[in-house]
Amino acid sequence: MTEHYNFAYLDEQTKRMIRRALLKALAVPGYQVPFASREMPMPYGWGTGGVQVTAAVLVPEDRLKVIDQGADDTTNAVSIRAFFARTAGVATTEATAEATVIQTRHRIPEVTLREGQILVYQVPIPEPLRFLEPSEVETRRMHALEDYGLMHVKLYEDISRHGHIATAYAYPVRVAGRYVMDPSPIPKFDNPKMEMAAIQLFGAGREQRIYALPPHTPVVSLDFEDHPFEASKADHACGLCGATDSYLDEVIVDDAGGRMFVCSDTDYCGSRQAAGHKGKDAA
Amino acid sequence: MTPLLSVRHLTKTYGRHIGCADVSFDLYPGEVMGIVGESGSGKSTLLNCMAGHMAPDSGAVIFDTRAEGPKDTVSMSEPERRMLGRTDWAFVHQHARDGLRMGVSAGGNVGERLMAVGARNYAQIRETATDWLGRVEIDTGRIDDRPSTFSGGMQQRLQIARNLVTGPRLVFMDEPTGGLDVSVQARLLDLLRGLVRQMGLSAVIVTHDLAVVRLLADRLMVMKDGRVVETGLTDQVLDDPQHGYTQLLVSSVLQV
Repeated sequence: MTEHYNFAYLDEQTKRMIRRALLKALAVPGYQVPFASREMPMPYGWGTGGVQVTAAVLVPEDRLKVIDQGADDTTNAVSIRAFFARTAGVATTEATAEATVIQTRHRIPEVTLREGQILVYQVPIPEPLRFLEPSEVETRRMHALEDYGLMHVKLYEDISRHGHIATAYAYPVRVAGRYVMDPSPIPKFDNPKMEMAAIQLFGAGREQRIYALPPHTPVVSLDFEDHPFEASKADHACGLCGATDSYLDEVIVDDAGGRMFVCSDTDYCGSRQAAGHKGKDAA
Repeated sequence: MTPLLSVRHLTKTYGRHIGCADVSFDLYPGEVMGIVGESGSGKSTLLNCMAGHMAPDSGAVIFDTRAEGPKDTVSMSEPERRMLGRTDWAFVHQHARDGLRMGVSAGGNVGERLMAVGARNYAQIRETATDWLGRVEIDTGRIDDRPSTFSGGMQQRLQIARNLVTGPRLVFMDEPTGGLDVSVQARLLDLLRGLVRQMGLSAVIVTHDLAVVRLLADRLMVMKDGRVVETGLTDQVLDDPQHGYTQLLVSSVLQV
Protein backbone atom coordinates (compact mmCIF):
# COMPACT_ATOMS: atom_id res chain seq x y z
CA MET A 1 0.00 0.00 0.00
CA THR A 2 2.86 2.34 0.84
CA GLU A 3 3.56 3.21 -2.80
CA HIS A 4 0.16 4.90 -3.05
CA TYR A 5 1.07 7.46 -0.44
CA ASN A 6 3.79 10.03 -0.20
CA PHE A 7 6.10 9.34 2.77
CA ALA A 8 4.07 9.96 5.95
CA TYR A 9 0.87 10.66 3.99
CA LEU A 10 1.21 14.45 3.55
CA ASP A 11 2.65 15.87 0.33
CA GLU A 12 6.08 17.47 0.46
CA GLN A 13 4.79 21.03 0.03
CA THR A 14 2.50 20.67 3.01
CA LYS A 15 5.26 19.20 5.13
CA ARG A 16 7.51 22.05 4.15
CA MET A 17 4.84 24.55 5.15
CA ILE A 18 4.39 22.82 8.51
CA ARG A 19 8.14 22.67 9.09
CA ARG A 20 8.37 26.39 8.50
CA ALA A 21 5.66 26.94 11.07
CA LEU A 22 7.52 24.61 13.44
CA LEU A 23 10.79 26.49 13.06
CA LYS A 24 9.06 29.75 13.75
CA ALA A 25 7.29 28.23 16.74
CA LEU A 26 10.61 26.98 18.12
CA ALA A 27 12.17 30.38 17.63
CA VAL A 28 9.40 32.06 19.64
CA PRO A 29 8.55 29.59 22.41
CA GLY A 30 4.87 29.56 23.28
CA TYR A 31 3.79 31.74 20.39
CA GLN A 32 0.91 30.27 18.40
CA VAL A 33 1.94 30.13 14.75
CA PRO A 34 -0.97 29.89 12.31
CA PHE A 35 -0.61 27.18 9.68
CA ALA A 36 -2.75 25.88 6.85
CA SER A 37 -4.04 22.77 8.53
CA ARG A 38 -5.03 20.02 6.07
CA GLU A 39 -7.93 17.67 6.06
CA MET A 40 -6.72 14.42 7.54
CA PRO A 41 -8.35 11.02 7.19
CA MET A 42 -9.69 11.27 10.72
CA PRO A 43 -12.16 13.56 12.49
CA TYR A 44 -11.18 16.79 14.20
CA GLY A 45 -10.58 16.16 17.85
CA TRP A 46 -8.83 12.85 17.17
CA GLY A 47 -5.43 14.44 16.81
CA THR A 48 -5.36 15.95 13.33
CA GLY A 49 -2.93 18.63 14.51
CA GLY A 50 -0.59 16.17 16.18
CA VAL A 51 -0.67 13.84 13.17
CA GLN A 52 0.30 16.64 10.80
CA VAL A 53 3.17 17.71 13.01
CA THR A 54 4.34 14.12 13.33
CA ALA A 55 4.12 13.67 9.57
CA ALA A 56 6.23 16.78 9.06
CA VAL A 57 9.01 15.74 11.44
CA LEU A 58 9.19 12.01 10.69
CA VAL A 59 12.20 10.64 8.83
CA PRO A 60 12.53 7.00 7.72
CA GLU A 61 15.02 6.24 10.53
CA ASP A 62 12.57 7.32 13.22
CA ARG A 63 10.98 5.03 15.74
CA LEU A 64 7.48 6.19 16.59
CA LYS A 65 5.51 5.81 19.79
CA VAL A 66 1.93 7.00 20.10
CA ILE A 67 0.12 7.33 23.41
CA ASP A 68 -3.38 8.38 24.31
CA GLN A 69 -3.95 9.29 27.99
CA GLY A 70 -0.62 7.58 28.64
CA ALA A 71 -1.70 4.29 27.11
CA ASP A 72 -0.18 2.66 24.03
CA ASP A 73 -3.12 0.35 23.49
CA THR A 74 -6.14 2.63 23.14
CA THR A 75 -8.01 2.98 19.86
CA ASN A 76 -6.62 6.37 18.98
CA ALA A 77 -3.03 5.43 19.75
CA VAL A 78 -3.24 2.13 17.91
CA SER A 79 -4.76 3.69 14.80
CA ILE A 80 -2.31 6.56 14.57
CA ARG A 81 0.61 4.20 15.07
CA ALA A 82 -0.76 1.91 12.37
CA PHE A 83 -1.38 4.91 10.12
CA PHE A 84 2.28 5.94 10.17
CA ALA A 85 3.55 2.38 10.06
CA ARG A 86 1.61 2.04 6.84
CA THR A 87 2.12 5.44 5.20
CA ALA A 88 5.70 6.06 6.29
CA GLY A 89 6.95 2.55 6.95
CA VAL A 90 8.70 3.75 10.12
CA ALA A 91 9.46 1.44 12.99
CA THR A 92 7.14 1.72 15.97
CA THR A 93 7.64 0.99 19.61
CA GLU A 94 5.84 1.16 22.91
CA ALA A 95 9.00 1.76 24.91
CA THR A 96 9.43 5.44 25.73
CA ALA A 97 13.21 5.26 25.89
CA GLU A 98 13.50 3.68 22.45
CA ALA A 99 11.25 6.12 20.61
CA THR A 100 12.61 9.10 18.72
CA VAL A 101 9.22 10.66 18.04
CA ILE A 102 6.38 10.35 20.54
CA GLN A 103 2.94 11.62 19.68
CA THR A 104 0.83 12.10 22.77
CA ARG A 105 -2.60 13.03 23.83
CA HIS A 106 -3.12 14.28 27.40
CA ARG A 107 0.06 12.92 29.01
CA ILE A 108 3.82 13.26 29.22
CA PRO A 109 5.51 9.84 29.68
CA GLU A 110 6.83 9.07 33.16
CA VAL A 111 10.31 8.17 31.89
CA THR A 112 12.43 11.30 31.61
CA LEU A 113 12.79 12.23 27.96
CA ARG A 114 16.25 12.85 26.61
CA GLU A 115 17.95 14.93 24.00
CA GLY A 116 17.17 13.79 20.47
CA GLN A 117 13.57 12.87 21.21
CA ILE A 118 10.57 14.83 19.97
CA LEU A 119 7.30 14.94 21.88
CA VAL A 120 4.31 15.90 19.72
CA TYR A 121 1.14 16.97 21.52
CA GLN A 122 -2.38 16.87 20.15
CA VAL A 123 -4.05 20.13 21.13
CA PRO A 124 -7.80 20.73 21.06
CA ILE A 125 -7.83 24.44 21.94
CA PRO A 126 -4.47 26.19 21.79
CA GLU A 127 -5.63 29.53 23.21
CA PRO A 128 -5.28 29.60 27.01
CA LEU A 129 -7.39 32.76 27.20
CA ARG A 130 -10.21 31.41 25.06
CA PHE A 131 -12.85 30.71 27.68
CA LEU A 132 -12.30 34.11 29.23
CA GLU A 133 -12.07 36.20 26.09
CA PRO A 134 -14.04 34.94 23.10
CA SER A 135 -12.53 37.36 20.57
CA GLU A 136 -9.49 36.05 18.70
CA VAL A 137 -8.49 39.60 17.77
CA GLU A 138 -8.48 40.54 21.42
CA THR A 139 -6.59 37.45 22.63
CA ARG A 140 -3.89 37.99 20.03
CA ARG A 141 -3.56 41.57 21.14
CA MET A 142 -3.35 40.42 24.75
CA HIS A 143 -0.51 38.03 23.85
CA ALA A 144 1.26 40.74 21.90
CA LEU A 145 1.06 43.17 24.80
CA GLU A 146 1.67 40.56 27.52
CA ASP A 147 -1.68 41.53 28.99
CA TYR A 148 -2.18 38.40 31.06
CA GLY A 149 -4.13 39.64 34.08
CA LEU A 150 -7.13 37.70 32.85
CA MET A 151 -5.35 34.40 33.28
CA HIS A 152 -5.15 34.98 37.00
CA VAL A 153 -8.83 35.92 37.05
CA LYS A 154 -9.51 32.34 36.02
CA LEU A 155 -7.39 31.02 38.87
CA TYR A 156 -9.02 33.51 41.24
CA GLU A 157 -12.42 32.17 40.24
CA ASP A 158 -11.23 28.66 40.96
CA ILE A 159 -10.12 29.54 44.48
CA SER A 160 -13.23 31.57 45.25
CA ARG A 161 -15.46 28.72 44.13
CA HIS A 162 -13.54 25.69 45.34
CA GLY A 163 -11.16 26.99 47.97
CA HIS A 164 -8.13 25.94 45.96
CA ILE A 165 -6.98 26.07 42.35
CA ALA A 166 -9.23 23.36 40.96
CA THR A 167 -7.86 23.47 37.42
CA ALA A 168 -6.46 19.96 37.20
CA TYR A 169 -5.54 19.76 33.53
CA ALA A 170 -4.61 22.24 30.78
CA TYR A 171 -3.08 24.26 33.60
CA PRO A 172 -1.76 27.53 32.13
CA VAL A 173 1.99 28.08 32.04
CA ARG A 174 4.25 30.95 31.18
CA VAL A 175 7.15 29.92 28.98
CA ALA A 176 10.54 31.56 28.70
CA GLY A 177 9.19 34.46 30.76
CA ARG A 178 7.03 35.64 27.91
CA TYR A 179 4.06 33.81 26.42
CA VAL A 180 1.28 32.27 28.43
CA MET A 181 0.62 28.88 26.89
CA ASP A 182 -1.94 26.13 27.15
CA PRO A 183 0.05 22.92 27.74
CA SER A 184 -2.81 20.97 26.08
CA PRO A 185 -5.03 18.94 28.41
CA ILE A 186 -2.20 17.19 30.27
CA PRO A 187 -2.79 16.79 34.02
CA LYS A 188 -1.09 19.50 36.03
CA PHE A 189 0.98 16.66 37.51
CA ASP A 190 2.90 16.74 34.22
CA ASN A 191 3.51 20.49 34.16
CA PRO A 192 6.87 20.39 35.97
CA LYS A 193 8.09 17.80 33.47
CA MET A 194 7.78 20.30 30.65
CA GLU A 195 11.24 21.67 31.34
CA MET A 196 12.83 18.76 29.54
CA ALA A 197 15.69 17.84 27.23
CA ALA A 198 13.41 16.78 24.37
CA ILE A 199 11.78 19.07 21.84
CA GLN A 200 8.07 19.63 22.44
CA LEU A 201 5.79 20.43 19.51
CA PHE A 202 2.10 21.25 19.80
CA GLY A 203 -0.32 20.89 16.89
CA ALA A 204 -3.94 22.05 16.87
CA GLY A 205 -5.54 20.89 13.62
CA ARG A 206 -8.98 22.39 13.82
CA GLU A 207 -7.71 25.67 15.25
CA GLN A 208 -4.82 25.71 12.76
CA ARG A 209 -2.13 26.61 15.24
CA ILE A 210 1.31 25.24 16.01
CA TYR A 211 3.45 26.13 18.99
CA ALA A 212 6.57 24.67 20.46
CA LEU A 213 9.06 24.52 23.28
CA PRO A 214 12.77 24.10 22.54
CA PRO A 215 14.70 21.87 24.98
CA HIS A 216 15.18 23.22 28.50
CA THR A 217 12.80 26.15 28.05
CA PRO A 218 11.77 27.56 31.44
CA VAL A 219 8.10 26.70 32.05
CA VAL A 220 6.37 28.28 35.02
CA SER A 221 2.88 27.27 36.10
CA LEU A 222 0.83 30.33 37.02
CA ASP A 223 -0.29 30.64 40.64
CA PHE A 224 -0.84 32.95 43.58
CA GLU A 225 1.69 33.59 46.35
CA ASP A 226 -0.69 32.22 48.95
CA HIS A 227 -2.02 29.44 46.73
CA PRO A 228 1.10 28.06 45.07
CA PHE A 229 1.02 25.61 42.18
CA GLU A 230 0.93 22.00 43.23
CA ALA A 231 1.49 19.03 40.91
CA SER A 232 -1.22 16.78 42.26
CA LYS A 233 -2.07 13.15 41.69
CA ALA A 234 -4.30 10.55 43.32
CA ASP A 235 -2.89 9.75 46.73
CA HIS A 236 -2.36 6.05 46.14
CA ALA A 237 0.19 3.60 44.78
CA CYS A 238 -0.34 1.87 41.46
CA GLY A 239 -2.36 -1.30 42.02
CA LEU A 240 -0.37 -3.25 39.45
CA CYS A 241 3.22 -2.11 39.81
CA GLY A 242 3.17 -0.36 43.16
CA ALA A 243 4.67 2.88 41.80
CA THR A 244 4.06 5.90 44.02
CA ASP A 245 5.61 8.50 41.73
CA SER A 246 3.47 8.06 38.61
CA TYR A 247 0.19 9.63 37.53
CA LEU A 248 -2.70 7.29 38.25
CA ASP A 249 -5.99 6.48 36.59
CA GLU A 250 -8.88 5.46 38.76
CA VAL A 251 -10.57 2.36 37.41
CA ILE A 252 -13.98 1.19 38.60
CA VAL A 253 -13.77 -2.60 38.78
CA ASP A 254 -17.25 -3.67 39.85
CA ASP A 255 -20.65 -2.18 40.58
CA ALA A 256 -20.17 -2.32 44.34
CA GLY A 257 -17.87 0.68 44.57
CA GLY A 258 -14.71 -1.33 44.00
CA ARG A 259 -11.91 0.61 42.42
CA MET A 260 -8.23 0.43 41.77
CA PHE A 261 -5.60 2.93 40.82
CA VAL A 262 -3.23 2.12 38.00
CA CYS A 263 -0.47 3.99 36.21
CA SER A 264 -1.87 5.86 33.24
CA ASP A 265 1.48 5.32 31.49
CA THR A 266 1.13 1.70 30.37
CA ASP A 267 4.74 1.38 29.23
CA TYR A 268 6.05 2.61 32.58
CA CYS A 269 3.73 0.28 34.48
CA GLY A 270 4.51 -2.68 32.23
CA SER A 271 8.27 -2.28 32.48
CA ARG A 272 8.07 -1.97 36.25
CA GLN A 273 6.04 -5.17 36.46
CA ALA A 274 8.52 -6.90 34.18
CA ALA A 275 11.25 -5.82 36.58
CA GLY A 276 9.44 -7.60 39.37
CA HIS A 277 7.55 -4.75 41.07
CA LYS A 278 4.13 -5.74 42.28
CA GLY A 279 1.19 -3.67 43.49
CA LYS A 280 -1.49 -4.78 45.92
CA ASP A 281 -4.06 -5.55 43.21
CA ALA A 282 -1.70 -7.46 40.93
CA ALA A 283 -2.88 -10.93 40.04
CA MET B 1 -0.68 74.12 37.96
CA THR B 2 -0.28 71.45 35.29
CA PRO B 3 -3.56 70.27 33.85
CA LEU B 4 -4.14 66.54 34.36
CA LEU B 5 -5.52 66.25 30.89
CA SER B 6 -5.14 68.65 28.03
CA VAL B 7 -7.05 68.04 24.87
CA ARG B 8 -5.82 69.93 21.83
CA HIS B 9 -7.67 70.24 18.52
CA LEU B 10 -9.05 66.73 18.69
CA THR B 11 -10.74 65.75 15.44
CA LYS B 12 -12.30 62.51 14.33
CA THR B 13 -14.30 62.05 11.16
CA TYR B 14 -16.18 59.06 9.84
CA GLY B 15 -15.67 59.50 6.13
CA ARG B 16 -17.52 62.68 5.25
CA HIS B 17 -19.29 62.79 8.59
CA ILE B 18 -17.81 64.69 11.45
CA GLY B 19 -17.48 62.77 14.72
CA CYS B 20 -15.99 65.60 16.66
CA ALA B 21 -14.06 68.56 15.33
CA ASP B 22 -11.35 70.75 16.81
CA VAL B 23 -12.12 70.11 20.48
CA SER B 24 -9.72 71.64 22.98
CA PHE B 25 -9.95 71.90 26.75
CA ASP B 26 -7.96 71.47 29.94
CA LEU B 27 -8.95 69.39 32.92
CA TYR B 28 -7.27 70.13 36.23
CA PRO B 29 -6.71 67.64 39.07
CA GLY B 30 -9.84 67.12 41.12
CA GLU B 31 -12.06 68.70 38.51
CA VAL B 32 -15.14 67.13 36.98
CA MET B 33 -15.99 68.09 33.44
CA GLY B 34 -19.41 67.40 31.99
CA ILE B 35 -20.03 67.03 28.29
CA VAL B 36 -23.64 67.37 27.20
CA GLY B 37 -25.34 67.42 23.86
CA GLU B 38 -27.98 65.56 21.93
CA SER B 39 -27.53 62.11 20.43
CA GLY B 40 -25.08 62.22 17.55
CA SER B 41 -23.41 65.40 18.72
CA GLY B 42 -20.05 63.63 19.05
CA LYS B 43 -19.89 63.25 22.83
CA SER B 44 -19.13 59.55 22.79
CA THR B 45 -16.70 59.86 19.89
CA LEU B 46 -14.82 62.49 21.84
CA LEU B 47 -14.78 60.36 24.98
CA ASN B 48 -13.60 57.27 23.13
CA CYS B 49 -10.83 59.25 21.44
CA MET B 50 -9.68 60.65 24.75
CA ALA B 51 -9.74 57.24 26.45
CA GLY B 52 -7.75 55.66 23.64
CA HIS B 53 -10.53 53.35 22.49
CA MET B 54 -10.50 55.05 19.13
CA ALA B 55 -7.70 56.73 17.23
CA PRO B 56 -8.42 60.40 16.48
CA ASP B 57 -7.57 61.74 13.01
CA SER B 58 -5.65 64.65 14.42
CA GLY B 59 -5.05 66.46 17.67
CA ALA B 60 -3.42 65.56 20.93
CA VAL B 61 -4.56 64.22 24.29
CA ILE B 62 -1.86 65.13 26.79
CA PHE B 63 -2.02 63.36 30.12
CA ASP B 64 0.10 64.24 33.10
CA THR B 65 1.63 60.80 33.78
CA ARG B 66 3.00 59.94 37.19
CA ALA B 67 6.41 58.91 35.93
CA GLU B 68 7.17 61.15 33.00
CA GLY B 69 4.93 64.18 33.34
CA PRO B 70 2.73 65.42 30.49
CA LYS B 71 2.69 62.97 27.59
CA ASP B 72 0.61 62.72 24.43
CA THR B 73 -1.45 59.57 24.75
CA VAL B 74 -2.41 59.53 21.09
CA SER B 75 1.16 59.01 19.96
CA MET B 76 2.31 56.83 22.85
CA SER B 77 2.74 53.10 22.31
CA GLU B 78 -0.13 50.71 22.73
CA PRO B 79 1.32 48.93 25.80
CA GLU B 80 1.85 52.26 27.52
CA ARG B 81 -1.68 53.35 26.74
CA ARG B 82 -3.05 50.03 27.98
CA MET B 83 -1.08 50.41 31.17
CA LEU B 84 -2.62 53.84 31.68
CA GLY B 85 -6.00 52.33 30.88
CA ARG B 86 -5.75 49.96 33.80
CA THR B 87 -3.92 52.08 36.32
CA ASP B 88 -4.46 55.82 36.15
CA TRP B 89 -7.53 55.78 33.96
CA ALA B 90 -10.92 54.28 34.41
CA PHE B 91 -13.77 53.95 31.98
CA VAL B 92 -17.36 53.51 33.08
CA HIS B 93 -19.55 52.29 30.25
CA GLN B 94 -23.19 53.17 29.83
CA HIS B 95 -24.13 49.51 29.79
CA ALA B 96 -22.53 47.68 32.68
CA ARG B 97 -22.43 44.58 30.49
CA ASP B 98 -19.82 46.26 28.26
CA GLY B 99 -17.59 47.01 31.22
CA LEU B 100 -18.00 43.82 33.23
CA ARG B 101 -17.14 40.21 32.61
CA MET B 102 -20.51 38.61 33.01
CA GLY B 103 -19.12 35.10 33.38
CA VAL B 104 -16.79 36.01 36.21
CA SER B 105 -17.80 36.55 39.86
CA ALA B 106 -18.10 40.04 41.33
CA GLY B 107 -14.87 39.55 43.25
CA GLY B 108 -13.07 38.44 40.09
CA ASN B 109 -14.37 41.46 38.25
CA VAL B 110 -13.05 43.83 40.89
CA GLY B 111 -9.79 41.92 41.17
CA GLU B 112 -9.02 41.82 37.47
CA ARG B 113 -7.34 45.19 37.31
CA LEU B 114 -5.29 44.37 40.40
CA MET B 115 -4.12 41.13 38.84
CA ALA B 116 -3.42 42.89 35.56
CA VAL B 117 -0.95 45.17 37.31
CA GLY B 118 0.72 42.27 39.06
CA ALA B 119 -1.17 41.47 42.27
CA ARG B 120 -0.47 37.81 43.01
CA ASN B 121 -1.73 37.37 46.54
CA TYR B 122 -5.21 35.86 46.64
CA ALA B 123 -6.02 36.93 50.19
CA GLN B 124 -5.07 40.55 49.53
CA ILE B 125 -6.96 40.69 46.25
CA ARG B 126 -10.02 39.30 47.96
CA GLU B 127 -9.75 41.72 50.85
CA THR B 128 -9.50 44.68 48.48
CA ALA B 129 -12.44 43.39 46.46
CA THR B 130 -14.54 42.99 49.60
CA ASP B 131 -13.62 46.49 50.70
CA TRP B 132 -14.63 47.93 47.34
CA LEU B 133 -17.92 46.07 47.21
CA GLY B 134 -18.69 47.65 50.56
CA ARG B 135 -17.74 51.07 49.32
CA VAL B 136 -20.16 50.84 46.40
CA GLU B 137 -22.87 49.49 48.70
CA ILE B 138 -22.99 45.95 47.39
CA ASP B 139 -23.58 43.27 50.01
CA THR B 140 -20.16 41.69 50.49
CA GLY B 141 -21.84 38.30 50.83
CA ARG B 142 -22.42 38.42 47.09
CA ILE B 143 -18.72 38.56 46.24
CA ASP B 144 -18.84 35.15 44.59
CA ASP B 145 -22.03 35.76 42.62
CA ARG B 146 -21.89 36.53 38.96
CA PRO B 147 -22.94 40.00 37.83
CA SER B 148 -25.64 38.43 35.68
CA THR B 149 -27.54 37.79 38.91
CA PHE B 150 -27.28 41.48 39.89
CA SER B 151 -29.82 44.21 39.21
CA GLY B 152 -28.98 46.98 36.73
CA GLY B 153 -28.05 49.44 39.47
CA MET B 154 -25.85 46.91 41.23
CA GLN B 155 -24.11 46.03 37.98
CA GLN B 156 -23.36 49.69 37.42
CA ARG B 157 -22.00 50.07 40.94
CA LEU B 158 -19.92 46.94 40.46
CA GLN B 159 -18.52 48.41 37.27
CA ILE B 160 -17.53 51.52 39.19
CA ALA B 161 -15.83 49.44 41.90
CA ARG B 162 -13.97 47.44 39.27
CA ASN B 163 -12.70 50.64 37.71
CA LEU B 164 -11.73 52.52 40.84
CA VAL B 165 -9.95 49.66 42.58
CA THR B 166 -6.52 50.62 41.25
CA GLY B 167 -6.95 54.19 42.46
CA PRO B 168 -7.11 55.94 39.10
CA ARG B 169 -6.71 59.69 38.80
CA LEU B 170 -8.97 60.17 35.83
CA VAL B 171 -12.33 58.57 35.17
CA PHE B 172 -14.17 58.64 31.87
CA MET B 173 -17.88 58.05 32.23
CA ASP B 174 -20.22 57.44 29.34
CA GLU B 175 -23.81 58.02 30.45
CA PRO B 176 -23.21 56.36 33.81
CA THR B 177 -26.87 56.64 34.79
CA GLY B 178 -28.38 55.71 31.45
CA GLY B 179 -31.07 53.06 31.56
CA LEU B 180 -31.52 53.17 35.33
CA ASP B 181 -34.73 54.24 37.04
CA VAL B 182 -34.66 57.55 38.88
CA SER B 183 -34.31 56.33 42.44
CA VAL B 184 -31.45 54.05 41.44
CA GLN B 185 -29.95 56.94 39.49
CA ALA B 186 -30.11 59.16 42.53
CA ARG B 187 -28.33 56.57 44.66
CA LEU B 188 -25.67 56.05 42.01
CA LEU B 189 -25.10 59.78 41.64
CA ASP B 190 -24.81 60.15 45.37
CA LEU B 191 -22.24 57.36 45.43
CA LEU B 192 -20.31 58.80 42.50
CA ARG B 193 -20.23 62.25 44.01
CA GLY B 194 -18.96 60.82 47.27
CA LEU B 195 -16.23 58.77 45.60
CA VAL B 196 -15.12 61.59 43.33
CA ARG B 197 -14.77 64.01 46.23
CA GLN B 198 -13.26 61.50 48.61
CA MET B 199 -10.62 60.18 46.19
CA GLY B 200 -9.97 63.57 44.60
CA LEU B 201 -10.71 62.13 41.19
CA SER B 202 -10.85 64.05 38.00
CA ALA B 203 -13.60 62.94 35.71
CA VAL B 204 -15.03 63.50 32.28
CA ILE B 205 -18.71 62.68 32.22
CA VAL B 206 -20.63 62.39 29.00
CA THR B 207 -24.37 62.51 29.40
CA HIS B 208 -27.53 63.97 27.99
CA ASP B 209 -29.01 64.26 31.44
CA LEU B 210 -28.60 67.81 32.67
CA ALA B 211 -29.44 66.84 36.24
CA VAL B 212 -26.39 64.57 36.30
CA VAL B 213 -24.00 67.32 35.32
CA ARG B 214 -25.66 69.77 37.68
CA LEU B 215 -24.89 67.41 40.53
CA LEU B 216 -21.46 66.17 39.52
CA ALA B 217 -19.72 68.52 37.14
CA ASP B 218 -17.73 71.63 37.97
CA ARG B 219 -17.50 72.70 34.39
CA LEU B 220 -19.65 72.03 31.39
CA MET B 221 -19.06 71.71 27.69
CA VAL B 222 -22.00 71.74 25.30
CA MET B 223 -21.58 69.98 21.97
CA LYS B 224 -23.58 70.15 18.81
CA ASP B 225 -22.77 68.56 15.45
CA GLY B 226 -19.32 67.54 16.62
CA ARG B 227 -18.29 70.97 17.80
CA VAL B 228 -18.15 72.61 21.19
CA VAL B 229 -20.67 75.45 21.18
CA GLU B 230 -20.42 76.62 24.75
CA THR B 231 -18.23 76.03 27.80
CA GLY B 232 -18.25 77.43 31.29
CA LEU B 233 -18.96 76.69 34.91
CA THR B 234 -21.87 74.30 35.18
CA ASP B 235 -24.19 76.63 37.05
CA GLN B 236 -23.33 79.51 34.78
CA VAL B 237 -24.06 77.54 31.61
CA LEU B 238 -27.25 76.02 32.93
CA ASP B 239 -28.62 79.16 34.54
CA ASP B 240 -27.56 81.63 31.89
CA PRO B 241 -27.19 79.79 28.60
CA GLN B 242 -25.77 81.94 25.83
CA HIS B 243 -25.81 79.75 22.73
CA GLY B 244 -29.13 79.06 21.06
CA TYR B 245 -28.73 75.33 21.30
CA THR B 246 -27.89 75.43 25.01
CA GLN B 247 -30.96 77.55 25.61
CA LEU B 248 -33.04 74.97 23.80
CA LEU B 249 -31.41 72.17 25.77
CA VAL B 250 -31.99 73.82 29.13
CA SER B 251 -35.58 74.74 28.32
CA SER B 252 -36.32 71.21 27.10
CA VAL B 253 -35.90 69.69 30.55
CA LEU B 254 -39.22 68.59 31.98
CA GLN B 255 -39.99 70.18 35.32
CA VAL B 256 -41.75 67.94 37.75
